[in-house]
Amino acid sequence: MAEQVLTDISALRTSPLGHLSETLKQGAVAGERGVSLREIAFTTQIGLRAEPGSAAHAALSAATGVHLPSAAGQVVGTEDGTAVLWLGPDEFLLVAPDGSEPFSSLVAALGDEAGQVVDLSANRTVIELSGPSARAVLEKSCPADLHPRSFEIGSAITTVLGPVPVLLWKTGEQTFRVLPRASFADYTARWLLDGMAEFASEPID
Amino acid sequence: MMLIECPWCGPRNETEYGYGGQAHVAYPEDPSTLNDNEWAKFLFYRTNPKGLFAERWVHSAGCRRWFNAVRDTVTYEFKAVYKPGEPQPITTTNAPAQGGTK
Repeated sequence: MAEQVLTDISALRTSPLGHLSETLKQGAVAGERGVSLREIAFTTQIGLRAEPGSAAHAALSAATGVHLPSAAGQVVGTEDGTAVLWLGPDEFLLVAPDGSEPFSSLVAALGDEAGQVVDLSANRTVIELSGPSARAVLEKSCPADLHPRSFEIGSAITTVLGPVPVLLWKTGEQTFRVLPRASFADYTARWLLDGMAEFASEPID
Repeated sequence: MMLIECPWCGPRNETEYGYGGQAHVAYPEDPSTLNDNEWAKFLFYRTNPKGLFAERWVHSAGCRRWFNAVRDTVTYEFKAVYKPGEPQPITTTNAPAQGGTK
């Protein structure tokens, strides 16, 4: 009996918000107070850990191609290519587009040094919130200071959105990426849609 | 709501933090020689001063790191925060004279 072997399984992948794609589109608000939501699915994410100043840190820094961030909030690289987010003094998250495979080269770069390279691609999904009202939507439930004077474009922080621990990454003046863990993605998206709804109607003085 | 300064992340909302009790409680040098009374004192007995108190906090929703803080238990005001291993910037009744323990 001939067995069919599926070599390309990418068609079988489902993203954490795949079932909500229509709802996300319908929730978009146009106009001056507009805000919209979309999922950037299947990004490659790799957790990196190395003590700054160690050989492992230097090796990983070189292997990422964009170095490693050195302070809270810092992001190195670009959001469309490879970016590394600061999670802690010795903890970083590399985010790259779907299909990029930096994992094995990072593992090779780390070698036997004390550190960590873990594939976390399925751990978090990326939700992009954009539009003139994006910051207002986030400020409803995020306790961090999101004013441009303290949260600049190209920075990312670990914080909470309502009850959900998320990574919040500002990629443009009116564009934010929210990275909740996959199991929180449905809740977070509905939470944001709920926050977006008021901007569809005229403001009440 | 109160802002607490994380030594790594800067000022963040207090809801992002967890409390870890008294700081600088030294682990017994040789735990096996302690009797039950001494062991209980190490585990459970903590000072409860009115005024400055050195204590441990964790930035659980942020960088997930532990750090030490000197807080006034009367006003709740944070007088100083410092990383583990750094010397204590302000003297308190519960801290060792030299400070700097984890």
